[in-house]
Amino acid sequence: MPEVLQAPLVVEFPFTRSLGPVQSAFLTGLRERLVLGVRTGDGRVLVPPVEYDPVTAEEIHDLVEVAPTGTVTTWAWNHAPRRGQPLDTPFAWVLVQLDGADTALLHALDAPGPHAVHTGMRVRVRWAGERSGAITDIACFEAYDGADERADDRADQREPAGHSGEFENPVTGIVAAARLDYTYSPGRAQSAYIHSLGGRRMVGERCPSCDKVYVPPRGACPTCGVATSEQVEVGPRGTVTTYCIVNIKAKNLDIEVPYVYAHIALDGADLALHGRIGGIPYDQVRMGLRVEAVWTDDSRYPDHYRPAGEPDADYDTYRELL
Amino acid sequence: MTRDIAVVAFAQTDHRRTSHDVSEVEMLMPVLHDVLAQTGLKTADIGFTCSGSSDYLAGRAFSFTLALDGVGAWPPISESHVEMDGAWALYEAWTKLLTGDVDTALVYSYGKSSPGSVRDVLTRQLDPYYVAPLWPDSVALAALQAQALIDAGDTDEPELAAVAARSREHASANSHAQLRGAVPQGEYVVRPLRTGDCPPIGDGAAAVILAAGDRARELCARPAWIRGIDHRIEAHGLGVRDLTDSPSTRLAAEKAGAFDRPVDTAELHAPFTSQEVVLRKALRLHDDVRVNPSGGALAAHPVMAAGLVRIGEAAARVHRGESDRALGHATSGPCLQQNLVAVLEGDPR
Repeated sequence: MPEVLQAPLVVEFPFTRSLGPVQSAFLTGLRERLVLGVRTGDGRVLVPPVEYDPVTAEEIHDLVEVAPTGTVTTWAWNHAPRRGQPLDTPFAWVLVQLDGADTALLHALDAPGPHAVHTGMRVRVRWAGERSGAITDIACFEAYDGADERADDRADQREPAGHSGEFENPVTGIVAAARLDYTYSPGRAQSAYIHSLGGRRMVGERCPSCDKVYVPPRGACPTCGVATSEQVEVGPRGTVTTYCIVNIKAKNLDIEVPYVYAHIALDGADLALHGRIGGIPYDQVRMGLRVEAVWTDDSRYPDHYRPAGEPDADYDTYRELL
Repeated sequence: MTRDIAVVAFAQTDHRRTSHDVSEVEMLMPVLHDVLAQTGLKTADIGFTCSGSSDYLAGRAFSFTLALDGVGAWPPISESHVEMDGAWALYEAWTKLLTGDVDTALVYSYGKSSPGSVRDVLTRQLDPYYVAPLWPDSVALAALQAQALIDAGDTDEPELAAVAARSREHASANSHAQLRGAVPQGEYVVRPLRTGDCPPIGDGAAAVILAAGDRARELCARPAWIRGIDHRIEAHGLGVRDLTDSPSTRLAAEKAGAFDRPVDTAELHAPFTSQEVVLRKALRLHDDVRVNPSGGALAAHPVMAAGLVRIGEAAARVHRGESDRALGHATSGPCLQQNLVAVLEGDPR
């Protein structure tokens, strides 16, 4: 069995998300160095605030301002920060119940080590230098020695004041970048196919049950549900079974429009694959046209297919492959 | 419930750290063939097919449609898919059988965690506004729950280590498990959780066949009757939940009838040692219940299949006459956010 192929694969996407009125007020508030919560029907204050009561599903919108200080309700020491996390030095993940809130917010706590962190410790928000209206406007939390101050003015007991939630230039959406890194492996059948292509051979696999030859092979016969294994070389010539004319130029594609994209049944294959047709004006391509693969100098797969210079195939020879 | 429905067959792969030598369908197909062969059924005999998987794991868009090639969808089959653990696919199949439209169902699920970084991949299931931008990985969130349990006096690190050791010890009798026998508890991954408190990362697949009434008796000598099954979810906000408790598990268990009579066996989907502590409490499992005789998710954790494996393992013990009443549990989401409980019984011997 040839070596199974592997290659790096990065999936990256900037998710653009719109905000509801409560989320918008909260994130805009962070931009203005202000933490807002939302009051539920039974008087609890949720921070971070949500649009609907998680218990009753009631729509909620009464905003209140809570303190930027609070108490750690649980924590976990992260000695090896990962990409995208709030701090790149060791830190504690914390759930923090801000003074005036009844629920806790997840964030990072900057601390010298796990010995300096405990449940019940007092912390305060450390604001990011540049803020845009995102949860990361809170850079992290830090230890807060507010015990004496609280003795006089029990900030955590004080009823939080209402807030209109109105700001100039409110944030109405966020762009959340997401990137995940993979090592892609196509598995046994497709690895074998790609290896063959490297030698300019197109090798499919036959189903032991229905005898159909699949190109490219994916390891299973989709109609019989059994493994394909017998390798069968197909092509290099084939028949255009159907086609379309592409009139819109794709980004980063160096091909002039219009061009023809076709389903091609390679000789010996029982399933058509697709490819571009070149070497013939687009308006002369037709069903039944006989074509052959064209390989450019160092390509690992056919660049396109061109007329093979044979008479057209009879319809009955490919009608089952449409 | 007006129809008796049973798990009549169960199959799973050997769960491995990597399966890069095979594609998803190549990994899955032997399991499908195995479970069908146990009953003598062919794809065409199956009334309904339902699967569970997530494209995020391996970064392969629409992988579940390619996986369907392994079933053989010709003539066209009645089919559905959930982007969830296969235990929820089983739930959907169970409801389909309840309607009386079909008498048999094939349920399968698979997951390949090896191509990506599963700790990071799982952050993408979190609240996209307030939580996902911080990239809190799955171990970090479980560690916050573990610390809350320690603070509450519900457990301590030695007890967690004992859960880890017992699970891998049980797994030494399970040839499919990835971690078997003594495994060092190791260093902290995210304190207070150590390597030993975390599930192994790996790839695998599982499948079960459900059948109703007399059809079940024809296909299996001792069907594992689903006496009750229910699933419940809690709020997504971690800070609004009591992480030391699992009211969703308790309610699902109540609805599934788990508390009507004691079970003798429980297969719990607790990827982290600390979560077994929460589940034992919520399910009121006493020391006389065999918990995770397969080794559980700490011995093999093919994400998206590990919950279905729990139900399959519980059912297989009923099939073999090693259990008369077993509980199967599956979880989804961070810190046991969503939970499914199934109660399985064998006919009196």
